[in-house]
Amino acid sequence: MLKNRARAVFLIIFAVLIGYWVYVSNIEGTRPFHLGLDLSGGTHLVYQADVSKISPTDISDSMSSLRDVVERRVNLFGVSEPLVQTEEAVSLSSADAAYRLIIELPGVTNIDDAVKAIGATPRLEFRLAKANDIQTFNASSTTSTLEENGAFMSLFKETGITGSMVSRSTLEFNPTTKEPVVSLAFNSEGRDLFGSVTKDNIGDFLGIFLDGKLISYPVLRDAILDGRAQISGSFTIDAAKSLVRDLNYGALPIPISLISSQTIGPSLGQVAVQGGIKAGIISFVIIALFLIFWYRLPGLVAVLSLAVYIILNLAIFKIGVSPAVIILCAICIFLAMKFHWIFGLVAVGLYALMTFIPDALSPVTLTSTGIAAFILSIGMAVDANILIFERMKEELIRGSEISDAMHKGFARAWLSIRDSNASSIITGTILYVFGSTSVITGFALVFIIGVLVSMFTAITASRLFLYSIAPAKTTKLSKFLISNGFKS
Amino acid sequence: MWIVKHRKIFYSISAVLIIASIAVLSIWGLKIGIDFTGGTLVEVSYPDTRPDQAVVNTALFAIDPAASIRQSGTDGYIVRMKDVSPEEKVDILNALSLNGTAPAVEKNFASIGPVLGAEALRKSILSVILVMLGIVLYITFVFRKVSQPVSSWKYGLVAIIALVHDMIIPIAVFSVLGNFAGYEVDTLFVTALLVILGFSVHDTIVVFDRVRENIRHNVSHKNFETIVGESVSQTFTRSINTSLTTLLALVILYIFGGPMTQHFVLVLIIGIAIGTYSSIFIGSPLLVTIEKIGRK
Repeated sequence: MLKNRARAVFLIIFAVLIGYWVYVSNIEGTRPFHLGLDLSGGTHLVYQADVSKISPTDISDSMSSLRDVVERRVNLFGVSEPLVQTEEAVSLSSADAAYRLIIELPGVTNIDDAVKAIGATPRLEFRLAKANDIQTFNASSTTSTLEENGAFMSLFKETGITGSMVSRSTLEFNPTTKEPVVSLAFNSEGRDLFGSVTKDNIGDFLGIFLDGKLISYPVLRDAILDGRAQISGSFTIDAAKSLVRDLNYGALPIPISLISSQTIGPSLGQVAVQGGIKAGIISFVIIALFLIFWYRLPGLVAVLSLAVYIILNLAIFKIGVSPAVIILCAICIFLAMKFHWIFGLVAVGLYALMTFIPDALSPVTLTSTGIAAFILSIGMAVDANILIFERMKEELIRGSEISDAMHKGFARAWLSIRDSNASSIITGTILYVFGSTSVITGFALVFIIGVLVSMFTAITASRLFLYSIAPAKTTKLSKFLISNGFKS
Repeated sequence: MWIVKHRKIFYSISAVLIIASIAVLSIWGLKIGIDFTGGTLVEVSYPDTRPDQAVVNTALFAIDPAASIRQSGTDGYIVRMKDVSPEEKVDILNALSLNGTAPAVEKNFASIGPVLGAEALRKSILSVILVMLGIVLYITFVFRKVSQPVSSWKYGLVAIIALVHDMIIPIAVFSVLGNFAGYEVDTLFVTALLVILGFSVHDTIVVFDRVRENIRHNVSHKNFETIVGESVSQTFTRSINTSLTTLLALVILYIFGGPMTQHFVLVLIIGIAIGTYSSIFIGSPLLVTIEKIGRK
């Protein structure tokens, strides 16, 4: 009895401390909640990678280098906390998998700029045209803008020299015309190829193609063996700058195409966050009033353990989770229900241990549906308490002493709590694994955490609080306080 | 217990609801959102004055003749059209602001390719099927020790019947709302259905658990119907109180949670209300009916 009271006091102090940390870290901004794009506003892009020209064994390597290149570009874009990840979408209907790149840019609402910065694949190519071909064409043609003439462009044949062989690129200015020029330094492979091509074709025209467009076609006067070249054309300074940037940061190893884009303005998210907080507080107050009115003293216990539940959840959202820690804690909680509550402490210990391993846990990204899941889980957390109290009442009606009724009530309610929550966990897991968007997985993760934490608080908080208020003697008053509903 | 005794009344109510739902669905179908079909959804608001819908419609005609426009709130529009490239998006925003004469603020933009849409649909259907399968297996497993007088997989079967009942009614409600108010079925809607699924089973299992316990302690050889009746009445207060607290939380979320999750929460409210009804008035009485059929 005293032991239980001491434990209950300890638990309350523990919860208050965690609650204080949750509050302070939010006010001071040291560890804010991690909001999803739908709440913070931003851009969500999904690209499909075209892996048809890559041998299956190289795909995963290519995808990760694609990720790195895109990440560098996104970082140049100056976004705080961007997310770039690859995804392998296994489809059941066909044998081949689809490879995707998912990019989230918080705070960016101008898709057009973002898409340009990410998807710009500067396909720089050097092609060759024979001198007499050009002359024949010039003689027969009357068009003045040769660069845009398809027939003219088709005179140039591929040499195999591309922008991917460029090791360094810089922006320079032509001293006489003041026009921007892009100077290139080839890597060793490029230098050799460029050297042999220029040596064998002196007098011919070297066509420089950018993204399939011919930008200039100087005559080859000498063999260029040092692996250096300059591209001049009618560049604007901005165009030249972005070409230099893209060449330096690497061309994309795999062609990608945009298949989905989403922008969420910041205003909608703010409404959802404020609405969610407001709804959470009002729900809590109304549920608390209902519980105390209907379940009296145990109702108060339920309100307290609900407060513990909310604090623990919020702390977990901040600290983070990982699949491994969820599974381990779930096993501990089920063991705690089956054998001894001490396994609940093991779960806490395991979780605490995980927080010391760097990068083992990642914070829970809260989405609008995540907030809905949290508020929904409050309802389910109450259910465990209601189940226990109803069983307690039955035992009291059968004539048990109060403390006896409490123990029996707990014992009897366990099976229902376990089975109903297990089915919720099954639902949550399937949603998490097969959820196609962050909106769904965001819901599922919060739901799973909520169900597990609600079971945990039922075994620890509800039980301890209830045992510590148990009156030593069964009197009429104590029976009234412990009982519930309209009929005694 | 009066619920089990008068089960035919509740069967009839549910039968009427289900037939009505099927009728509604076959007449109006569902308005499928861009999540599944692919396409573009743009939401804009006009801080100054909102231009006339017909004017905006004409402006958008050049980009997509099939674009549909709906008012959102008092100062904005929601536009649905084919999926577009980022370049075309600039054109759309230009058109919506009537080339700058009516400044429009972009609140929300989504363009989803048909490939991704089809995949989302496939995944959604798959997850519904998997959740159902997982739950039947789970129930069959935890009730394996009660095979008399009704074998354990039949508990799972009844849970699934209750589930289908609980899902078809909110789907039909959305068919009606889709027809009259333009409510769309999207991935969020499917998520809501799955949550209803989880909740409905949660409720049904609590009653079944009681049935299981009462069968084990059945010393006075009561018949199955009496046991189920007693179990329903023993869990009655709990079922109502739990659903009440959850529904309270949801209604408050519906009122204050903002427009993003409003439809989602609405599906949950309908589904959980129906789910509570079915776990008390349909699920457990069905056990009795199945047991009676088995005895014949």
